[in-house]
Amino acid sequence: MAATQEEILEGLAEIVNEIAGIPTEDVLLDKSFTDDLDVDSLSMVEVVVAAEERFDVKIPDDDVKNLKTVGDAVDYILKHQG
Amino acid sequence: MTAKIKPSKGAPYARILGVGGYRPTRVVPNEEILKHIDSSDEWIRSRSGIATRHWAGPDETVATMSVEAGGKAIADAGLSPEQIGAVIVSTVSHFKQTPAIATEIAHLLGTGKPAAFDISAGCAGFGYGLALAKGMITDGSAEHVLVIGVERLSDLTDLEDRATAFLFGDGAGAVVVGPSKEPAIGPTVWGSEGDKSDTITQTLPWDVYRDQDSAEVRYPALRQEGQAVFRWAVYEMAKVAQQALDEAGVAPEDLDAFIPHQANMRIIDSMIKTLKLPEHVTVARDVETTGNTSAASIPLAMERLLATGQAKSGDTALVIGFGAGLVYAATVVTLP
Repeated sequence: MAATQEEILEGLAEIVNEIAGIPTEDVLLDKSFTDDLDVDSLSMVEVVVAAEERFDVKIPDDDVKNLKTVGDAVDYILKHQG
Repeated sequence: MTAKIKPSKGAPYARILGVGGYRPTRVVPNEEILKHIDSSDEWIRSRSGIATRHWAGPDETVATMSVEAGGKAIADAGLSPEQIGAVIVSTVSHFKQTPAIATEIAHLLGTGKPAAFDISAGCAGFGYGLALAKGMITDGSAEHVLVIGVERLSDLTDLEDRATAFLFGDGAGAVVVGPSKEPAIGPTVWGSEGDKSDTITQTLPWDVYRDQDSAEVRYPALRQEGQAVFRWAVYEMAKVAQQALDEAGVAPEDLDAFIPHQANMRIIDSMIKTLKLPEHVTVARDVETTGNTSAASIPLAMERLLATGQAKSGDTALVIGFGAGLVYAATVVTLP
């Protein structure tokens, strides 16, 4: 069954916490990965790969650069999840 | 008539007998790179793990660095130059395509008349050369093969590109491969993914200089798509490394050392995590003070692990090279 927006946000928060050590409660829809959460371009790849596995979604390299905020990523996953 | 051809007779197995390296005299710290790009020492270190790299001076050519490293590898193997039957040189930064630089290096080393040729396999060049050497020895076409990885990547570095200016270094690493009674180089897992050829590439081909006014064309440099390379290197190459372990029949617990291509510390760290390597495995982290030296990086890192006592002769090491092509090669070896 497809995950809800809330579930995706919760899952992403756990992933960001594991990879970048950011407290899950700081991972909010309007936060920028690079500017607010200290997720640099390489850590972003790790977040994306973990999200792909967790949500059964493919996020090609060309699309990764468009995921600026947590909300961008949640929307992307919501739309593309299998 | 079809004449009966005598079969060639090689050694049962091959092993690395000796290793040698050459790092250019000039050490270039991040501060020097920062004269050309808007960045910081902290940023460079956090994105790459690189603190310093060596850049070659005018007298430290592809040939002279190779001769230094090759000579050390031959001595380390306990051999004399005339015992070398073939010289394989992997490089992407020797700018004179003909003749192969391997012939000049062989001559300068005093090897007599060995087979000598260059290969172009980017950062996987050492693994490609090692696979060829092993085949030549077990086939009987050479008894001892000198494999050299050498680069002057400072010549292909765009000092004003903040994504790559700090990455590359110069140097040469070499091994001598020879006959063995026991298997000491595992099956090579190698391949290419030409659909990703644009991911890491020289910006322009050389013939642009023939066809256009050279004053209007920026000198070629290496460019890469950082995120795409990172994803491929960490996740796809971890699978290749695992396959090399499986095909060699070596469990991760039986490994002593992991010597990946020294591209970037972040790639190395993530690979270890993805591969779930046991903590006792010594990991080569030569990139910190050598930068990315492409084909030279694995033999240079191997030489340093042995020289500093972090690994010892007889240890079992997983080696994997990956880079422009995209190409890759992984195998398990017994260290010399």
